[in-house]
Amino acid sequence: MRRFAASPYGVVVLIAVLVAALPAVLPTTFYVRIAALVFIFALAVVGLNLLMGFAGQVSLGHAGFFGIGAYAVAIGPTHLGIPSWAAFVIGVALAALIAFLVGRPILRLKGHYLAVATLGLGILIAMVMTNEAAWTGGPDGMPVPRLELFGWRVRGPVTWYWVSGITLVIGAWIAANLIASPTGRAFRAIHDSETAARVLGVDVARYKLLAFVLSAAYAAVAGAYLALFDGLVTPDSAGFLRSIEFVTMAVLGGLGSIFGSVVGAMILTVLPQVLTVFHDYEHIALGAIMIVFMIFLRAGIVPSLLTFLRRSS
Amino acid sequence: MAEFLQFAFSGLTVGAIYALVALGFTLIYNASDVINFAQGEFVMLGGMVTVFAVAAGVPLPLAALLAVAVAVAVGVTLHRLAIEPARGASAVTLIIITIGASILLRGVAAVVFDKGFHSLPAFAGSEPWQIGGAAVLPQSLIVLVGAGAIVAMLWVFLTGTMLGKALIATSANRLAARLVGINTGAIVGLSFAVSAAIGAIGGILMTPITLTSYDVGTLLALKGFAAAMLGGMGNPIGAVLGGLLVGLLESFGAGYLSSQYKDAIAFLVILAVLFVMPHGLVGRAGVERV
Amino acid sequence: MTVLEAEDIGVSFGGLTALQGVSFRVQAGEIFAIIGPNGAGKTTLFNIISGIYVPLAGRVRLIGEDVTAFEPHLLARRGLSRTFQNLQVFFRMTAAENVMVGRHLHERRNVIAHLFTLPSVLRQNRATRQRAEELLAFVGLADLADRAAGALPYGALKRLEIARALATEPKVLLLDEPAAGCNPVETEEVDAVIRRIAEQGIAVVLVEHDMRMVMQISSRIHVLDQGRTLTEGTAAQVRTHPDVIAVYLGTQGTEAARAHG
Repeated sequence: MRRFAASPYGVVVLIAVLVAALPAVLPTTFYVRIAALVFIFALAVVGLNLLMGFAGQVSLGHAGFFGIGAYAVAIGPTHLGIPSWAAFVIGVALAALIAFLVGRPILRLKGHYLAVATLGLGILIAMVMTNEAAWTGGPDGMPVPRLELFGWRVRGPVTWYWVSGITLVIGAWIAANLIASPTGRAFRAIHDSETAARVLGVDVARYKLLAFVLSAAYAAVAGAYLALFDGLVTPDSAGFLRSIEFVTMAVLGGLGSIFGSVVGAMILTVLPQVLTVFHDYEHIALGAIMIVFMIFLRAGIVPSLLTFLRRSS
Repeated sequence: MAEFLQFAFSGLTVGAIYALVALGFTLIYNASDVINFAQGEFVMLGGMVTVFAVAAGVPLPLAALLAVAVAVAVGVTLHRLAIEPARGASAVTLIIITIGASILLRGVAAVVFDKGFHSLPAFAGSEPWQIGGAAVLPQSLIVLVGAGAIVAMLWVFLTGTMLGKALIATSANRLAARLVGINTGAIVGLSFAVSAAIGAIGGILMTPITLTSYDVGTLLALKGFAAAMLGGMGNPIGAVLGGLLVGLLESFGAGYLSSQYKDAIAFLVILAVLFVMPHGLVGRAGVERV
Repeated sequence: MTVLEAEDIGVSFGGLTALQGVSFRVQAGEIFAIIGPNGAGKTTLFNIISGIYVPLAGRVRLIGEDVTAFEPHLLARRGLSRTFQNLQVFFRMTAAENVMVGRHLHERRNVIAHLFTLPSVLRQNRATRQRAEELLAFVGLADLADRAAGALPYGALKRLEIARALATEPKVLLLDEPAAGCNPVETEEVDAVIRRIAEQGIAVVLVEHDMRMVMQISSRIHVLDQGRTLTEGTAAQVRTHPDVIAVYLGTQGTEAARAHG
């Protein structure tokens, strides 16, 4: 069972079972809505994990790509008359293209310098969304037309639960595939020793770029989903705090663990909902929980618990 | 020309605050390799504690002293309760801890104080002076002189006292420092205390000009971090240079190009600099050792 | 056949000359040792040949092609691989996975196929894994294949790096102190592994402090001192060379004498 849980494919099955079984225990559509949000954020974090947890490259600007996906499905149908589904495809492609174009120079930087460069990239993207009000509605954002597919109006928490849940399973499956392939081994090799990877013939720049583009695409898909689900998009979706939130989800759940990404997304989505009972003390509790978790489960929740289980048996 | 001077003065004023935040990042980073994203909260505490102490009838100098003391206490507590127990954790884990601390401190400030904006009366009058055709607030000069004094004092502390030298030794090589009998754990605690004090003083100085509130820390931490990286991480001179430069870029960018995109201009320049100098303006590239 | 040729290599760091005018040629299937006291420039020379540093002067030719200042991954494609004095193991991967990374150049690298794990990818993974197990067996680590590399002892990691480098199917293999930190038994094993590698026609270039080992297995020895060539020749020629004895007397005289006897 533990071996199964630790293998990437076991995790995909686990997530699939979770998605399939959860509606049976969720009492109201309020909870279904939160579960859908968890799946959407988890999708972005699984992508970020490919970049950070496997290829070992930090990004503090991933909400920028999330925002590109979100604004694509808002601007496309509203201003350009493009159908939502096509705007979705274009948005994801655009995020990947931007990642591809800026990735090569940015990814030459290492560690904290890479962190500040990606941070700058995210802020630039968010700033365009705030300031180009004629297109984006400015700081207040803009409404997003509902998605329509072959006459089927995709709306409501239950529908979006299934759409995002199934997409998350597919996203996790693709990530698991990649990790078990030569590409995944190249990612992990770069993480541990760039020098050794280069000497063994791995084109380090190419694989860093690949991880960056893939994670940008994941983020854009998630961003478009959230915008379509909410029916509204604001520059906050691309903001610095959202980027930090993604990184926190990835690290809290466990870098290098796909299930950890889901757990991290779940905690940081559900926790604020739970903590609202504390009213004014909500942020104090959130901050304290983050600190305590990272001190005691420093490799992240899922990897730390797996290590603990392995030791105790 | 007058316009140019005006932008230069306001840029230097903001830049001096960024420089202090960047200096705080640098001190802690050098002593412990920790990037402390709660650095901006020290600035917030400096301003907010002073504001509320003054409102409670405490004279300004005493209120300022109290604010620095509170920030230092928070800094030392942060180190003792959150950083020290996680010693040996990865860099990214430690960053998340400091982000958690930042959220927590903001939450505490919102509860203890409030969520409004606050100001302090200017320390030396609010009648602007005319310098070369530019109107300069006395408070701006106080910020510049104050920041300059802090940098000078820090320099004296680092190069002239045993404790300061121990801090430099710890930055240069932690193991070697421990071998010659330096208590490196205490030194890291000291770096948190000094960084907190520097941040708090920055917060007190800037409040009469820029206002303060419970959540000013995030943006300041972001700018201070960017400034420290622009200068070259771990280099105090780079931190000051980076801070002033970011302030000037914002000011000139807002003045001559677009006020909406002033942050974008600063970050575009940072990106451009890093592409040409991947270790910052005064950071040195080490030879890769394998 | 000359497979590796260094010609008049020179480099300096911060005004200090680290290497100057170093030239040598290595033939296929020979074991060519580079020795010298600490700081002689041996590892720097390795870093230049393997593309990690760019030389200020001189050329490096690999199988007749000028490859001076080529990126390491391009050199790997042309048949050059190496190990490291300071280990560069992928610590979070298993021993077998480490070696599998070495197969990178011989795998199909179609990302689309990887994203969807087409049957060809599974077949290829099996083949790569099998080759990795063979190589681990070759260096005597067969039973550690599924252990995390981070949990392996130092001596095993040295051999793991050799297996990983061999996985690229090099024509020239640079070994930077392969026996450092090994006990006498392990040193014997490494010794035997190096001989078998050379027997396959691979040119082995060796930096090593264990003089006994160097003298026993090297076909030719190149002696560096303070960044310059002192002499080059067979073990017999080198150990009787007065300059070599002079250089080694201060630092490793006893070692050289022991090797002599």
